[in-house]
Amino acid sequence: MNNFLAWIEARLPVMEAMNKHVLQYPAPKNFNFWYFFGSLAMLVLVNQILTGIWLTMNYEPSGDGAFASIEYIMRDVDYGWLLRYMHSTGASAFFVVVYLHMFRGLMYGSYQKPRELLWIFGMLIFLVLMAEAFMGYLLPWGNMSYWGAQVIISLFGAVPVVGEDLATWIKGDYVISGATLNRFFALHVVALPLVLVVLVFLHILALHEVGSNNPDGVNIKKPKGSQKPEELSKFKFHKQYADKYDIVDAIPFHPYYTVKDIMGVAGFLIFFCWVMFFFPEGGGYFLEAPNFTPANGLKTPEHIAPVWYFGPFYTILRVVPDKLMGTILMFAAIGVLFALPWCDRGTVKSIRFRSKWHLLNLIQFSICFIALGILGTMPASDIANLIGTIATIGYFGFFLAIWIYSKNENTKPVPERVTK
Amino acid sequence: MSNAPVDNGRRRFLTAATSVVGGVGVVGVAVPFIGSWNPSARAKAAGAPVEVNVSKIEPGQLVRAEWRGKPVYVVRRTDKTLADLAKHDDQLRDPNSAEPQQPEYAQNAHRSIKPEIMVALGVCTHLGCAPTHHKGDFEQHVAGVTDGFFCPCHGSKFDMAGRVFQGVPAPLNLSVPEHSFPKEDTLLIGVAPGEA
Repeated sequence: MNNFLAWIEARLPVMEAMNKHVLQYPAPKNFNFWYFFGSLAMLVLVNQILTGIWLTMNYEPSGDGAFASIEYIMRDVDYGWLLRYMHSTGASAFFVVVYLHMFRGLMYGSYQKPRELLWIFGMLIFLVLMAEAFMGYLLPWGNMSYWGAQVIISLFGAVPVVGEDLATWIKGDYVISGATLNRFFALHVVALPLVLVVLVFLHILALHEVGSNNPDGVNIKKPKGSQKPEELSKFKFHKQYADKYDIVDAIPFHPYYTVKDIMGVAGFLIFFCWVMFFFPEGGGYFLEAPNFTPANGLKTPEHIAPVWYFGPFYTILRVVPDKLMGTILMFAAIGVLFALPWCDRGTVKSIRFRSKWHLLNLIQFSICFIALGILGTMPASDIANLIGTIATIGYFGFFLAIWIYSKNENTKPVPERVTK
Repeated sequence: MSNAPVDNGRRRFLTAATSVVGGVGVVGVAVPFIGSWNPSARAKAAGAPVEVNVSKIEPGQLVRAEWRGKPVYVVRRTDKTLADLAKHDDQLRDPNSAEPQQPEYAQNAHRSIKPEIMVALGVCTHLGCAPTHHKGDFEQHVAGVTDGFFCPCHGSKFDMAGRVFQGVPAPLNLSVPEHSFPKEDTLLIGVAPGEA
C-alpha cells in the first residue's frame, strides 16, 4: 500500500497538496461564527450541482414541455419533490450564505491589501451566481419565470442604437420563447457551473497564497526570525509557509477547522431542512405564486417581483426614472463592489480597531441594503420610491464615505498579536 | 536553440503575421457561435403578419391581437376620444411623436393611418409589461383625462394614442407596429401600406 502511494506521489503530488492546503495550512486561531459561511457556500454548491444533475434527468427543456415536466418531477418521480426543493431552497440558501460571507469580508477588512484579487474572484463568483440563478429561474417556465426574464432581458434594450437587436439576439426570437428557454438551460446546467467551479478553485488558491484574514485583522505571519522560538505556533506547518515566515497564533486547518466547520454544517442543515420541509416556497419569496401557472406572454402578473436575493439591485433599477440610467446604476451597484479594495484607503482592517465613522458607515450600508431588498419585492409606490432613493444614495454613499474618511482615519492601536 | 544571429525584423513579421491569421481564425470561428443565437428561420416565419377585422370593433372597444407573440392593442376611438387627444399635450413627454416609435405614415396627431383605429403594441416601453386599458376611469391616474392606459408593474401612463405621460418610468410612447388596410375593414399588422 505504501509503495502504491509513493508511486502515485512521485507522479502526482497528492499528499503534498493535501498537506499544503488542509493538514498543514496555518489558519488564525481566532476564527468566529462569521467564518462558517465560506465552507457552507461550498456545501451548497455541491448540493446545487448534485440535485441539479438529478433534476435534468427528468426535466424537459422546451417551451411545450418544461412546465409539465416540473409537475411530473413534483408528483410522479420518486423523491422528485425532495430533489427539486433541495435545489430551489438551496438557491436561496446560497445567497444567504454568500451575503453573510461578503458581510464578514466588509467587517474585518478581508478585501484590503494583499487580498484584493481574492476579493475580485469572490465578486466574480457572486456575479456568475446571479446569472446562474436568473437563468435557472426561467426553467420552470411559470408565469413569473417568463415575466421576470422579460423585464431583465428588456434592460439590454436600453443600450443605445443596438439595444433592440441585442435583446432579440439574447432571446433568439422576437419574444421570450422556447428558444430562450433552451439556451438558458444550456448555460445554466453546463456553461456557468463550469465557470463557477473554476472561479471557486481560483478563489481558494488565491486565499491560500495570501493567507486567511481574521476578526482582528492582525497578520499571523511575521517576518522570518522576528519572533522568539517560544512565541511560535507549536504546530507543524507546510514549508511553503513555515520557511518564509514566523507563524504565530495559528492552528492547522485540519483537524481544528474541519471539526468547527462540521459543527457549522450541522447547524446549517437543521435550519435548511426546517425551511425545505416546512416552508419550501419560502412564504412566496423562494417560489412565487404566479409561477404555479404556466408562462403566458399575453398575461402580465399583477405585480412582477424578482426573487428576494435580487431585490436590492432591482430597487436601484426601479427608483431611477430613466431606463438607461437605471440599468447603468444597477450594474454599477455590483461594479462598485469590485472597486472596494481601492475605495478603502485605510490600513487597519478590522471593524474592532477602526473609527466610529466606519462603524456607522457599515451600519447604514447594511440597513440600506436590507431596505433595498425589502422594497424590491414590494409593488411600486411613491413612498417606496422615496425610501428606495434614499437607500440607493446610502448604498453608493458607503463607498464614497469610506474613500473620504479612510485617508486620515482616527483608528485605535492595532495589537501585535491576535487578542486572546 | 542555435547560435545563429537573430533576425528581429523577420521574427517580428512572423509573430505579427501569425497573430493576425490566428485572430482572423478566432473571429471566423466566433461567427457561427454568435450567429446561432439569432432567431431561427422557424421563429422568423412565426413572425408573419396577422389580420384583424375592424368592422366588428365597437366604438371605444379594445381588441387584442397577437403578433410575433406580443399583444397588439386595436381600439376604435370615439370622436370624443380623438378630440380629447389634443387637450393634454403639455403633460406628455413626446406629444408630437418625435421619437421613432412609429412608422412615418403614423407620425401624426392620432398616431395611426385611420384616425379612429388605434394600433399599438401592448408592451410597456419601460420593462415590457402589458398596460391595462382604462375607459372612463383613468382620472384616478391623470386628473382631467378620462381614458388611457396604466401599466400595473411600475405605474407608467399612456393616453389613447399610446403617448406616454411625464413623470413615469417608461421613456417612450407605445410602439406602433407597421400596419395597413388592404381592404376597407381589414387591418393587416406587420405590413406597411403598399408593401405586401
